Amino acid sequence: MATVGQLQKQFVDFSTSLYREGFLDDQFIQLQKLQDESNPDFVFEVVSLFFEDSEKLLNNLAIALQQQVVDFKQVDAHVHQFKGSSSSIGAHRVKNMCVAFRNFCEEKNLDGCLRCLQQINHEYCLVKNKLENVFRLERQILEAGGTIPLIA
Amino acid sequence: MELCNCIEPPWPADELLMKYQYISDFFIALAYFSIPLELIYFVKKSAVFPYRWVLVQFGAFIVLCGATHLINLWTFTMHTRTVAVVMTTSKILTAVVSCATALMLVHIIPDLLSVKTRELFLKNKAAELDREMGLIRTQEETGRHVRMLTHEIRSTLDRHTILKTTLVELGRTLGLEECALWMPTRSGLELQLSYTLRHQNPVGYTVPIQLPVINQVFNTSRAVKISPNTPVARLRPAGKYMPGEVVAVRVPLLHLSNFQIHDWPELSTKRYALMVLMLPSDSARQWHVHELELVEVVADQVAVALSHAAILEESMRARDLLMEQNVALDLARREAETAVRARNDFLAVMNHEMRTPMHAIIALSSLLQETELMPEQRLMVETILKSSNLLATLINDVLDLSRLEDGSLQLEIGTFSLHLLFREALNLIKPIASVKKLYVTLSLSPDLSEYAVGDEKRLMQILLNVVGNAVKFTKEGGISICAFVAKSESLRDPRAPDFFPIPSDNHFFLRVEVKDTGAGINPQDIPNIFMKFVQSQPLATKNSGGSGLGLAICKRFVNLMEGHIWIESEGAGRGSTAVFIVKLGIPGRLNGSKLPFVPKGPGNQVKPNFSGLKVVVMDDNSVGRMVTKGLLVHLGCDVSAFASGEECIRAVSHEHKVVFLDVSMPGVDSFEIAVRIHEKFSKRHDRPIIVALTANTDRTTKDNCLRVGMKGVVLKPVSVDRMRSVLSDLLEHGYLVETQ
Repeated sequence: MATVGQLQKQFVDFSTSLYREGFLDDQFIQLQKLQDESNPDFVFEVVSLFFEDSEKLLNNLAIALQQQVVDFKQVDAHVHQFKGSSSSIGAHRVKNMCVAFRNFCEEKNLDGCLRCLQQINHEYCLVKNKLENVFRLERQILEAGGTIPLIA
Repeated sequence: MELCNCIEPPWPADELLMKYQYISDFFIALAYFSIPLELIYFVKKSAVFPYRWVLVQFGAFIVLCGATHLINLWTFTMHTRTVAVVMTTSKILTAVVSCATALMLVHIIPDLLSVKTRELFLKNKAAELDREMGLIRTQEETGRHVRMLTHEIRSTLDRHTILKTTLVELGRTLGLEECALWMPTRSGLELQLSYTLRHQNPVGYTVPIQLPVINQVFNTSRAVKISPNTPVARLRPAGKYMPGEVVAVRVPLLHLSNFQIHDWPELSTKRYALMVLMLPSDSARQWHVHELELVEVVADQVAVALSHAAILEESMRARDLLMEQNVALDLARREAETAVRARNDFLAVMNHEMRTPMHAIIALSSLLQETELMPEQRLMVETILKSSNLLATLINDVLDLSRLEDGSLQLEIGTFSLHLLFREALNLIKPIASVKKLYVTLSLSPDLSEYAVGDEKRLMQILLNVVGNAVKFTKEGGISICAFVAKSESLRDPRAPDFFPIPSDNHFFLRVEVKDTGAGINPQDIPNIFMKFVQSQPLATKNSGGSGLGLAICKRFVNLMEGHIWIESEGAGRGSTAVFIVKLGIPGRLNGSKLPFVPKGPGNQVKPNFSGLKVVVMDDNSVGRMVTKGLLVHLGCDVSAFASGEECIRAVSHEHKVVFLDVSMPGVDSFEIAVRIHEKFSKRHDRPIIVALTANTDRTTKDNCLRVGMKGVVLKPVSVDRMRSVLSDLLEHGYLVETQ
């Protein structure tokens, strides 16, 4: 069983790598600041909501892009939503992908959109994994009786 | 002795003779007695007769004569001695009196005669006085006419009326047959008949101005009698009658007859008009002196009135010209405004249009970098990234500069740590400097406060630019950065005499000197350094091989901060010193902030108290909504969050102090929602403050928000500190300070 210290170190290393690799940005840190005694699971709740929302949006996007006549306005609206929620969370790479996606929508470039969708999906899965990892590590630390180190 | 005067009548024929004598004597006596009676009667009547004594004498003489003659009546027949005695007595008396009278008359007749001469003299005098009075009356009448004429002439400022009135009134006053005015033509070589009294429309014939008679008239200010045969006087068709006497007088004009004003009159080039007056023909009337004087006076008055009319015309023309110019200027201004607006619109569009693809390129390139690449591919991607970053910076610079130039750039004032700023700059420049083996030293004066109020980002930009240049152009040695508070003597740059920094209680001037041991600058190149797009060989002015814009932008920023920037150098090879002074605020003293000052920095736990503040959030994105709500809850607010505008409008009450509206929702008109929320509250102080949340920073969005009455615009995503300062701003000022 890893000690608290080790777990904490693992946590810190992992989290720092996320920021370094651009998966998460400053906004995520802001979210963590909002978590306090009155709101102990704030980040988890927000992230869960994000996952739900994103899955719905990705679904809708897939359907919209499979139509005979693609309604790019609709697609753009979905991407806009996705961009909004990912930037609120601090999912940096997802957000950047949304920016690119929107450009393709404006150009009504179906190929580009499909490619973007693929990539967004990929990014989303990545960031989902990473976040789930973070939560797991946090849980482990708490169970081991330690405190979660603050990443600034 | 007895005288016997009795003569006996010898013959009876003498009786007739005696009878006639008798009768005659009787009548003589009668006459003699009645004359004095008449005299006495009339003298009594008249009171003034001076010689009463003489009259009495005369009366006595006459009475006695009468008596004598009367007594004579008795001597024709036999008479007694008494009668004779009485006769004698009366004769003697008569003799005495008549002699006395005769003597008296010698004295008084000359007197009486002189009375007559005096009377004649007085009569002459009276006649003379009469004449003189007649003259005075005429003069007075003339004077009255002149006054009346003057009044008529001067009562109007219209040139035609003046001249017409003059002719009419003169004609009336002097009883003229014809009166005419000759005006000089534009060329000045001829006189043209412009106005006449009787003929309503003058034929307009002209007369050369060099005629001797005209010269004669022009050379004197008096009215001159001229011959009726001169061309100027031939105003009536030739007829069989004798033309009346003609007089001409000059009328000085200040300008040409059609009042072309080029410059003010010079007295030496006086122009005259000619006024010709003709007495009625066949009337044998003569021009009297007083009439001539009248004409001269009128001519002068007309000249004055004409000059006034000319001045009026000129001023009206000037006013019309001004109005025209005004209209033209207005048009030009509106056109200029339209042009500026068009340019701004263009810039705003280009802003977005240029940046979006740029971001896409950068985002995708950086993503590409993360993937598996072959070395050549990696090199290509890195180059793409570097170039696109450069391009993005360039675009930003150009857009910044145009915003700076048209004054729409506003500093983002905030409180920041000066020490931190300098340290960050140092950290950024150290790697590059150490690669070139240059030293970098930083010295901050101890009287420099730790925190200051100003635009941190742009101050950093200025500092980095200046320091970057210093490093770039130094091959060996190093650079030293000194920062201190500028005192008034050190504030003035001798080369910028119009820079007058005025220290005040709330501000201080930060002076930063960056000295390098590099290539130096030629003194003649120095003025060009800050000009945009100018590159002199040693001094391309942007960090990464420049566009020529960097220092120009710096200068603009420094100017915005009410400061000054300059470079001193002793010449090529002697290094250079860049100095800039900017005005910064002293924190805590500026706006009497009631909340404790919160510097940016990790680990700060000071929380201003927003507890219980009722706030509404509207965002259709569930994650975003949750995050914003969590943020506000963390700051202690009582938050109601809604996903749709309708719910939001329904739920807003006067208890809510702030409403956050997300305005980047496509397909939803958040502005309309803001208006409806405003309308819900009729009383101003019940209304909540509405603030926009958006990911879009362009000016149009800002303007739109402000136009519907929103008090601020906040960029998503919002950090805790940012939200805190937004809330304190809103609560303190009622609006977000930097948005306005």
